[in-house]
Formats: sequence, C-alpha cells, structure tokens
Amino acid sequence: MLQASALAIGYGRRTVAAGIDLAVRRGEVLCLLGPNGAGKTTLFKTLLGLIPPLGGSVTIDGRPIDQLTRRALAQSMAYVPQAQVMEFAYTVLDLVLMGRTAHLGPFSAPRARDHERAHAALADLGIADLASAEANRISGGQRQLCLVARALAQDAPLLVMDEPTASLDLGNRLLVLERVRALSAQGYGVVFSTHDPDQARELATRVAVIADGGLAAYGAPHETLSGPILSAVYGVEVKIERTESGRYVVAPRS
Amino acid sequence: MAPPHADGAQRSAVVLVLLTVILLAAVLLASLLGPYPLTPGDVVSAVAARLAGDAAPEPIDTVLFKIRLPRVLAALLVGAALSAAGTSYQTLFRNPLVSPDILGVSAGAGFGAVLGILLSLPVIAIQGLGFATGLLTVGIVYTLARALRSQNEILVLVLAGIVVGALAGAGISLVKILADPYNQLPAITFWLLGSLSGIKVSDLQTVAPLVILGLVPLALLRWRIGVLSLGDDEAKALGVNVRVVRSVVIGAATLVTATAVSVSGVIGWIGLVIPHMARLLVGPRYDRVLPAAVLMGAAFLVLIGPVARSAARIEIPLGLLTALLGAPVFVWLLARGRRSWS
Repeated sequence: MLQASALAIGYGRRTVAAGIDLAVRRGEVLCLLGPNGAGKTTLFKTLLGLIPPLGGSVTIDGRPIDQLTRRALAQSMAYVPQAQVMEFAYTVLDLVLMGRTAHLGPFSAPRARDHERAHAALADLGIADLASAEANRISGGQRQLCLVARALAQDAPLLVMDEPTASLDLGNRLLVLERVRALSAQGYGVVFSTHDPDQARELATRVAVIADGGLAAYGAPHETLSGPILSAVYGVEVKIERTESGRYVVAPRS
Repeated sequence: MAPPHADGAQRSAVVLVLLTVILLAAVLLASLLGPYPLTPGDVVSAVAARLAGDAAPEPIDTVLFKIRLPRVLAALLVGAALSAAGTSYQTLFRNPLVSPDILGVSAGAGFGAVLGILLSLPVIAIQGLGFATGLLTVGIVYTLARALRSQNEILVLVLAGIVVGALAGAGISLVKILADPYNQLPAITFWLLGSLSGIKVSDLQTVAPLVILGLVPLALLRWRIGVLSLGDDEAKALGVNVRVVRSVVIGAATLVTATAVSVSGVIGWIGLVIPHMARLLVGPRYDRVLPAAVLMGAAFLVLIGPVARSAARIEIPLGLLTALLGAPVFVWLLARGRRSWS
C-alpha cells in the first residue's frame, strides 16, 4: 500500500538521502532506524507529503501522494507525532476529535458519531477514562497513547509513528509497543521510527536502516539488525547476543 | 461509555446564552445612559414608533437614533471584530500573547488615517485611507513572508509583521512632526487613542457589512482553524489545507481589524485579553472560544462607552480606558499561571 520508489529526500537543493525503496502493507510493521541526522525525520515528512520528494515517488495504493488532496491523504495515512506539551490546554477528547477532521465537511464541526468514534478509539487503547482530562496534565505515555487514539479516530489504514517511545519510561514504552503490536495484528500498516534496535527486532516485520545518504539495510529484522551492519551504521563496535530466554539483544563488543 | 456530547458542549451553550443576554442588557443600558438620560420606557416607545414608521418625540428621537444607538452599535461591532481577530490570530500563531495588530494592521491603518488628517481630508476619506493602508500593510507583510520562502512560515510572518509595522509606526511619527500642532496634532493624538464619539448612522452602513463579511468565514471554518493550533505539520496530516485556511484567517482578521481601526482609531487590549477571558469560560477550543469572545468583546466595549463619557469631565479616550482595565486583568491572568491559557 505505501510505497517509496527511488526516493530522494531533502530540503530545497540539499539532498539528505537518495535511492530509497521501501514498502509497507496492511498488518505489517516497518521499523525505521538510523543515526541522528541521517534523515529519519526528513523521510517521515516526505512519506507524509509534508515536504516534496527531490526525486522518485511515494505512492499509496499505486497513486502518487502529490496527486491526493490533504483530506484524501489524511483518510489513508495518519501521523502520530512525538507527544509534546501544547500551547492550549485541550482535553484528551478534543485532541482525539481532531482526528476526525478529514471526515468532516469543510464547514462542519464534529457531530455525535464523531464523538462515538473518538470514545471508541480511546477505549481501544485502554484510556477511555482520560477523555475529559487535560492533555497537558497526563503522563507522557498517556499523552502518546492519546495521539495514537487520534490516529485511530482518523480511520486511516496506515499509521506513521515518529519515535513514539522516545521519551517514555519503561512501563509506558512497553505499553505503547504492546498497543502497536495489537494494531498491526488488527490489520493496520505501521511505520515506526526508533533508536532502539532491540525494540525494532521485537516489533518489525521489516526494518529499514537509513544512514550515509541512503538505505544501509532493508529487510527482515534478523538480516538488517546484524552486528556488522549496526557497527558500521552507528560507528561503535557491537554484537548480537542471545539471552537465556532466547531473545537477541545488542551488546557492546568488549 | 461517556455521553456522545461531553460536558464541554453543554457548558459552552449555557455560556453563549448568558453572554447574549448580557450583550442585549449592555446595549439597552448604554442606550439609556448619557447627558440626556432615557428611561427603558422611552427606548421601547421610541423603537415602537420607528417600527410603525413614525418618528419618536424629540429630543428622544435624535438622542437615541442619531447619537446613542450608532455609537452603541459601532462599539458592539468594533468589540466583536477585535475579539474575533485576536482569538483567530492567537490560535493561528499558537501564541496566547498575540493581538490583532501582530501583522501590522493597526499601525498601517493608523498611518493612513493620520495621513488623512494631515491632508485635511473629510472624515469618510480618512476612514477609507486608514482601511486601505491597513489592508495594504498586511498584504505587504504576507507577500514578503511568502517571498522569503522559509521553512518556518509562521515565524517569518510574525517577523515581517514587526518590520513593516515598525515602518508604519515611523510613518505615524513623521506625520505627527509635520502636522499643525494646534489643530491637526490633537486630532491625530485623539484618533490614535481610540474613540467612537463621532460615529454616524452612515458609518454603520459600511462598518456592519464589512465586519460581518469577515466574521462569516471565521465562523464557517471554525473547526479547521482550531486544528491549525496544533502546528502546520500536524494540521496537514489531519487533512487541513493549511495554506488556504491560514490565508482565510489572515484575510478575514485583517478585514475586520482594519474596518474597526479605521472607524474607531486604535483601541488596544481587547483583542489580547478578551480571548483569554473567553477561554476561561468555555475552554480552549476555537469553535467555542470564537462566539464567546465575540459576544464578550461586544458587550465589553458597549459598556465601556458610557464609562468613558461619564467617569471624568472630559471624554476619556477608549484606548486609554481599555489599557487601564486590560493591563491589570492581564497581570491577573498571568498570575493564574499556565492554566490561564486554557
């Protein structure tokens, strides 16, 4: 469904990365890794149609995204940004209702059925009781879930999540990861950026590693998250170890 | 499962009804007060006479329909316009400290109007020139910001507004220096401080349609304008055509502010403080704040009129009075901490 072909990304005349080919289908989780400054955020903005590609194309179900209206695009792809404190103290429900915007007429405000959809999205994520709480006054993890709920209320089959676990403590991180896994099992396609290779290994159907102006690796987690690739990309010597419980984790080679 | 319409909607509906009642009461009260006091009975029978096609007995007819009501209705329109523009800009620029003149409209309109006074133009031409230079100033700011093609369009808009506004401010100072200090300079000073004392029925015939023309698109696009407060990227990803909605907000807010300033002079603080008061009552959602702020701003300026005329032996300029009231209220809002932005 979401596909990037020979994609070149960057701002203005400055190319950040090029030759990017990747795809996400329903029920899949594509994890995006890469060192700071490699272009993860630029790639996200390009995939979302927020900045134009410098070359190649991004398509949804075969249609180039620059031919879709904002509204049509929002109906096929929902964006989950990193949760931040907002200037205005919206309630969680208000924020989730904003996810309904692409389904409202240009001059309409949310109606009863939009409220129902918003409450259902909150219930899906187990935070129904937060509906009337102020979004700036709940925990970071809850706020992140609230933004996921907004994306669900958007009724788009594809979720694009920008480091949703970056600023979360262990408990909230595991909570968000568990929800993401459940959503992909429900049939959502998920693009998920993270700095944690172990998290990617747990979650991803496929992994794309962006570094040095292009995709350094793209494929199944066990192929892409190998010791040599991670060592080369991040410039530190690491190895993959198997724990007693059978999990694989990244560890320094020393 | 919570009810489909949470408590916020009910609360804001109740607030809107109350504010409407307060506005109507303010209009009635302001029509009664003045050097020639009227009774509610006078007003009712005068309005009834007019509706029947007759004139009310003099001097009630002149006092009510030629002097007081035009002033009251102009105050209503100007208060509504400035509050709507302030609410819209605070949402658009995601900054609760923004006021309607952020893009230089007041300075631009002020420059045109004082230039008109310097050239000894008739009142209607002074208003027209103020209106035109107000629109022109924001047009220049907007074009400049677009031409600079920055990644951060909002920041460039604000900076361009500061630059062009400062230029217009310099223009005002220049006109003051050139003006005749005995006749023109007092008129310029008085105009810049804001006043509605010279309003005529004919002024309303141009002001009312222009203010309504600006308020309608803001009301229609209320939900999408609110989504803009999340920032450009999020609003786009939620399906809002940011460029179109932002242009409509800037165009409509500029239209109503330029209209207000051209007829009333510069009345500050309303566009900054009233949206905050409205948010205290109905929460931060733009679709709820806009109508509440419009009603509050209208009622406030209607009520402030009689105070300006009766508090001292001379008529206190409205801009002075709104500053005297606005500044302490704003400090109080600040003291309430971040919650006051809610």
